Amino acid sequence: MDAPLPLIEFKDVTKRFDSRTVLDRINLKIYEGQVTTIIGLSGSGKSVLLKHIIGLIKPDEGTILFQGKPLSDMNEKESAAGLARISYMFQDNALFDSMTVYDNIALPLRETTHMGKSEIDRRVTARIQQTELEDAAHKYPSEISGGMQKRVALARALVTDPRIVLFDEPTSGQDPVRKNAILGMIAQYQRKFGFTAILVSHEIPDVYFISNRILALYDKSIVFQGSPEELEEFDHPFKDEVIRSLEGLQVELTGFYSKRQFKVMHHAQLARKTNGDTYCIVVFSLAGLDAIQTSSGYVVTQEAIRNLSMYIDKHFGAIGGFSTRLQQSEFVTVLPNSDMTEAKSILEDFIRDFREWDIADRLAIGRNEAGVEGCAEFAILAGIALGEPAADVASVVIAAQSQQVEIARVRCNSRR
Amino acid sequence: MAFDQNRPNGAGNMTGWRLGGLLTRPFAVFGRSAIAWVGNMGASAIFLLLAFLRIFKAKQPAKIVQQIYYIGARSTMIILLVGFFTGMVLGLQSYHALVKFGAQGALGTLVALTLVRELGPVLTAIMIAARAGSAITAEIGIQRISEQIDALDTMRIDPLRYLISPRIAASIISFPLLTALFDIIGIIGGYVSGVLLLGANAGTYIYRVQASMDMKDVTDGFIKAIVFAVIVSTVSCYQGYFAHMRPDSHGAKAVGLSTTSSVVLSCVLILVSDYVVTSLLI
Repeated sequence: MDAPLPLIEFKDVTKRFDSRTVLDRINLKIYEGQVTTIIGLSGSGKSVLLKHIIGLIKPDEGTILFQGKPLSDMNEKESAAGLARISYMFQDNALFDSMTVYDNIALPLRETTHMGKSEIDRRVTARIQQTELEDAAHKYPSEISGGMQKRVALARALVTDPRIVLFDEPTSGQDPVRKNAILGMIAQYQRKFGFTAILVSHEIPDVYFISNRILALYDKSIVFQGSPEELEEFDHPFKDEVIRSLEGLQVELTGFYSKRQFKVMHHAQLARKTNGDTYCIVVFSLAGLDAIQTSSGYVVTQEAIRNLSMYIDKHFGAIGGFSTRLQQSEFVTVLPNSDMTEAKSILEDFIRDFREWDIADRLAIGRNEAGVEGCAEFAILAGIALGEPAADVASVVIAAQSQQVEIARVRCNSRR
Repeated sequence: MAFDQNRPNGAGNMTGWRLGGLLTRPFAVFGRSAIAWVGNMGASAIFLLLAFLRIFKAKQPAKIVQQIYYIGARSTMIILLVGFFTGMVLGLQSYHALVKFGAQGALGTLVALTLVRELGPVLTAIMIAARAGSAITAEIGIQRISEQIDALDTMRIDPLRYLISPRIAASIISFPLLTALFDIIGIIGGYVSGVLLLGANAGTYIYRVQASMDMKDVTDGFIKAIVFAVIVSTVSCYQGYFAHMRPDSHGAKAVGLSTTSSVVLSCVLILVSDYVVTSLLI
């Protein structure tokens, strides 16, 4: 089967500022409908690369192709039509501080379309509701929080129904909960509206959870293009110098081990085992993430994920278990010295302790973000599977996922 | 010939070379400044032309009216105040000068012509440059350094059309109107000091004001006001728009320096162009 035509392709793109080369013979491909994340260290030229796509910066050498056609060969009309499909969310939001939130979001429609006032109002109001900004609509950017400003920038970027949205460091300057809240928001809107998202970020590994494809910018060149899973297997100095320095051993939000550290620990415990020794893997999930985000807000959702993961870590860590984050709302815990009976007993203890909590309060889902009036009903699932030294860990995780059952259900402040 | 240190007279050549460098350095510095100045003038002219052409595009009237309010209407009070006291001091000085020759009857002529031909357009332009021009530079400069102008580009909103053209159009409309206001209030100020306070004849003052001016004086004053409007608005917008490209500073400091440059440059260009325009009109 023929490979799909890339939406955007860079061929040998070079950019210099005076005598300093920032991008050197860059080659990359970005595909339609995916979330593509460009990772690299600060100052490595990620934003410069992004600005080439929107035409804010022109390459000194090389070609940028849009749906197979070089941008440099496009006439003004074609170029304008191409750019009309792209929105850009700036690192510092670039909101107009003398305009209200509503006017900021309405600006591109007022200035670039012939829509009537009522149509503009309908579209802007819809975006305001979707990004949960109703209370802030008539405030100025300086009167709202940084997270809300990000949402305003996102609403402004989405109001023209773009097919491509570029996000330049969307989580910069945010705490771990808000970083993940913003990434969760981007992922949810990408699923909802189906646009192609291109992110620049160095939030590793948080961006892996929402990305289909990762581009690694290192030493002025793209050294890796592929899925987050393929990046795990990638052997290059980039991994040592960039990913390990950015990732650290433990993930900021959850306090869990990074996937790499988790693998190292897992291999170490396997090495100590002989044939016949077993271990168990438990997979926890917070079901209905999108619904929780919509009804309770992104920050509250991330606080819930953090609190749940910290509780898991504390409970299982005390008996020698170790955990990592598998997906946005999925965690895996290894019980290295337990057989199935013991693991089930430990899990039952965990469930009993967990239910004795005031779950909604502890997970912080009992409250909503300002302006969010919804109320989510959501379930916490857990599944357990037995592993042996010879077994592939991925298959054990899949087995545990298939065994997942509901261990708790929360509806705002009530518990069932 | 290349300098060779191994040659017996190398030291002498070195000294000569350094001396030559010292002598030519002022010319090099002057030359670089002149080239940069000419380059800026050319860039400003292109900037003005591109912005001016966008005045006539769709969706501009509302923005122009808004800018007339900011640049024109909100400058009214300061123009009235400065105009009134300029007229008063002109009446005061002129009266004492004219009375020595027994020519205090010419007070109205002197006050009116001075204001309408010169002081009205010049002082109005300087006051607006200080009040509105500085604000324009600071506002556009901040929009530049906070990437708001880049954001316009990414939204396919032409920054020249959206930000610059309305300000230039509003200045071209506001400056002559404010100049007219300055002239009228200045003549009233001259009346207050010359007639009411110093005792010059009221009828003579008003008659002289009316009789000594013809329409050319008024239109010449308006032509100057329009020239100054173009200068002040272009300088203010250009300084803000390119605040990020200043070679001497970055960020907020660049905006501050651009604002200072905008006011100083506007005032200097107002006075220089006043002489040029006057010599062409007279």
